[in-house]
Amino acid sequence: MSETSPRVGLFVTCLVDLIRPSVGFAAVRLLEEAGCRVEVPAGQTCCGQPAYNSGDKADTRAIAAQVIEAFQGFDYVVAPSGSCAAMLRHHYPTLFEEDPKMAAKARDFAGRCHELLSFLVDVRQVTSLSSEVRARVTYHDSCSGLRELGVKAQPRQLLAALPGIALEEMKDAEVCCGFGGTFCVKYPEISNKIVTEKAAAVEASGAELLLAGDMGCLLNMAGKLKRQGSQVKARHVAEVLADLCDNPAIGESADGKA
Amino acid sequence: MESRAHSFSANAHDALNDAQLQKALGFVKSGFIERRRQAADQLPEFEALRDQARDIKNHTLDNLDFYLERYEAQLQAAGGQLHWAATAEEARAAILKICQDAGARLVTKGKSMISEEIGLNGFLEQAGIDVAETDLGEYIIQLRKEPPSHIIAPAVHVTKEQVRADFLSHHKDLPPDRQLDDPPQLVAEARQILRQRFQDADVGITGANFLIAETGTSVIVTNEGNGDLTQCLPKVHIVIASLEKIVPNLEDTATILRVLARSATGQECSTYTTYSTGPKRAEDPDGPEAYHVVLLDNGRSGMLGSAFRDVLRCIRCGACMNHCPVYHAIGGHAYGWVYPGPIGSVLTPSLIGVQEAGSLPNASTFCGRCEAVCPMRIPLPKMMRHWREQEFARHLTPTAQRWGLKAWAFLARRPALYRVCTGLAMRSLAALGRGRGRFRRLPLAAGWTDHRDLAAPQGASFQSQWRRGLRAKVRS
Amino acid sequence: MSDARARILAKVKASLRAESRGPEAVAALEARLSDPQRGLVPARAQLDAAGRLALFERMARAQSASFDHLQDLADVPAAVSRYLKAENLPAKLRLAPDPDLEALPWHDESLLTVESGRATGDDLVSLTGCFGAVAETGTLVLTSGPTGPTSLNFLPDTHIVVLQADQVVGPYEDLVARLRAAYGAHVMPRTVNFITGPSRTADIEQTIQLGAHGPRRLHILLVGAKAAPARD
Repeated sequence: MSETSPRVGLFVTCLVDLIRPSVGFAAVRLLEEAGCRVEVPAGQTCCGQPAYNSGDKADTRAIAAQVIEAFQGFDYVVAPSGSCAAMLRHHYPTLFEEDPKMAAKARDFAGRCHELLSFLVDVRQVTSLSSEVRARVTYHDSCSGLRELGVKAQPRQLLAALPGIALEEMKDAEVCCGFGGTFCVKYPEISNKIVTEKAAAVEASGAELLLAGDMGCLLNMAGKLKRQGSQVKARHVAEVLADLCDNPAIGESADGKA
Repeated sequence: MESRAHSFSANAHDALNDAQLQKALGFVKSGFIERRRQAADQLPEFEALRDQARDIKNHTLDNLDFYLERYEAQLQAAGGQLHWAATAEEARAAILKICQDAGARLVTKGKSMISEEIGLNGFLEQAGIDVAETDLGEYIIQLRKEPPSHIIAPAVHVTKEQVRADFLSHHKDLPPDRQLDDPPQLVAEARQILRQRFQDADVGITGANFLIAETGTSVIVTNEGNGDLTQCLPKVHIVIASLEKIVPNLEDTATILRVLARSATGQECSTYTTYSTGPKRAEDPDGPEAYHVVLLDNGRSGMLGSAFRDVLRCIRCGACMNHCPVYHAIGGHAYGWVYPGPIGSVLTPSLIGVQEAGSLPNASTFCGRCEAVCPMRIPLPKMMRHWREQEFARHLTPTAQRWGLKAWAFLARRPALYRVCTGLAMRSLAALGRGRGRFRRLPLAAGWTDHRDLAAPQGASFQSQWRRGLRAKVRS
Repeated sequence: MSDARARILAKVKASLRAESRGPEAVAALEARLSDPQRGLVPARAQLDAAGRLALFERMARAQSASFDHLQDLADVPAAVSRYLKAENLPAKLRLAPDPDLEALPWHDESLLTVESGRATGDDLVSLTGCFGAVAETGTLVLTSGPTGPTSLNFLPDTHIVVLQADQVVGPYEDLVARLRAAYGAHVMPRTVNFITGPSRTADIEQTIQLGAHGPRRLHILLVGAKAAPARD
């Protein structure tokens, strides 16, 4: 392993891959600026959370085996998502209790997996960035990243390194946004109540831009803010850190018209 | 207690539209969460104590037969009587017999979730015995003929205006024009009404937070003192408790007590922690002449050898529901049975079956806050996922959902096909949504778009762009 | 019921595969009970005598107990009269039937009516001794017995407790040790009450109200502390 220029496999995540590729490009830029050689192995689709959280262990195992296979040989596996990274890092090793060989592979794989922001700060020790984005922002702590991976200080540290960014903490930043994967469509009314409160907290913070590290949360919160006619925009924090904010924010059109 | 867990979604819908309930639930968030955080912050050893508490309970469960037998021996040595009850029916029958043998007409009760579980009050009342709940929250819901909505604050769903209305309509002997606008007046009135009941009761029934094997002792933890008046004044004291309440010795009890009140209400300790062992001694000036413990299984012994064994560590502090965003949104009654919130979501299917209560473990975002605050470190989301696995294996998952997930997994396991199908879908949606950047309505996505907009995809997928050699635009 | 006992224990043992528990394991369980080890004791509770008294008072006051510092047990009757007068309470007291308390100079307080025994429903004020106190949480410990009717701790509106300075221990575990020394290993009186401040409830809109069913006031007469401890 080359510590000065490690080989990083980018785990894009299905939501970034399909709905907001600019986050993937932002992640690549950040990783390259941190001295990594980034590759995007083909054959990656999904981390398997939907199957896992619905109790479908067989499909989860099959998907996990596929992911582990696709990402062989990398020094690190990095995902711009706390929930996907937690799946790879914490849950994959628990899937193969009856298969010691696979379990060992999964443990080895898991040890190399990281969420993007914690990778940049804790592993690559990034302390400065050259992004010139100017905005008053607030940050939502996505649950998996926060509670399973301890991602809390790192995004804030990186944002603090940007002279153009002012961070306004919202009330209850650590409270769930109500997405919860399939939860938001299985129990839409309950999810709506939770995201309505989150949207109110975002508005009350006075920020013009909502940031977070998980696309699921962002789609949920941005969708609610837009439905309410809010002027607050939403982006993945990687876009701001990588200075890739030329394109429309989440749910915005190219001309910015409502 | 009869279950309404099967209608969870409808219950939740009603709860979300209940303005009084929503107002009351606001107090749950503001009170419990901040107080627990402060209590935990003020004790540097708190995290280490959680680990020790978990270890004590694990050790006890690992050796539960040994400790049950020791508890029984010590209890009997102190002059108490133990009644083993495998089922709710056996527990009710045992309690009724004790009451009838004592010629009881009035029974006072301290708060006991087990008594809810076995449906005790209604059963005794049908046998002609008057039952007086004495915990203020339990008293309020007894007047309202409702079940508890929280395991330590049973009337948390009730506003003070509602309490005032209930007292006015039930306490008919008091002047109808009296002042009852603020909490001190309401509490004073309840105190006055219940005082005589304490003194008139023939039998007092309490639950137990702990049963100590070393000494044959039952422990209750209260703030009001009602549990103490219930167990000290009548001639007979009955304790109703489930098997997993056993702890080995007095030191173990002290360790767990240190995390109990802090996790529940943010107090260092509750006002009254009472250790009761046997009936009064010959030389005691007061106290009950008979002391009975009804020890209930009702499914716990089965859980011991199962994937859900960790749940038996629960000490009923309520921290999980205090921190749960779903509980905050819908309150406790929506869960449909005795135990609400995250612990209820795991315990209820164990006790009354996953066919009846299967919704509960699904109604979670897995935010993990419950596990983060559980003093006994019960991995609640993992337990809920276990239930989902059982439901999936038994085909209890709703068909549409199962098919949707299977379809997604099918594609995810076939990357080439995945790229083709999703590529097509995303490019179409991107084109469709280019104008506004989002959808207010989308076929098949009503669950989402009923309440929020759906952002349109940007266009070609990241992987397809990457493979075409595209990179991010150079910084201008 | 013995049938239920057999069924339950059989199921528990089967779940635990308890037949495989050998004699060494059983001996270890017995040893754990006969030679109990302390768990983690918070540093806060591990103080010297003066520190314990200060902590006890600070914690008890935080839970709305009130205090009076006395040099000597003989000062108790006068302190009681003072307190009842200051609180506008009738000068009538139900005293625990404790010879040490009954022997105090109550006759010096001619205006005070004192009767000893268990509580009747009409007693407004009780006075008891106690078994000890735990500084860790500001908690009094009272045990049932011929000199300590439990009803005196709960029925009256106001509960006054005489506590001697050397009865105050730091952590719960020290109190447990004293209980075992007093009653014998594994033996307990009918009731041991750990009492921290007056009765309270938060059942109405989560706001705390004092005086739910137990006493509204808890007044502690602390006897023999070297000097009035500093208040934080």
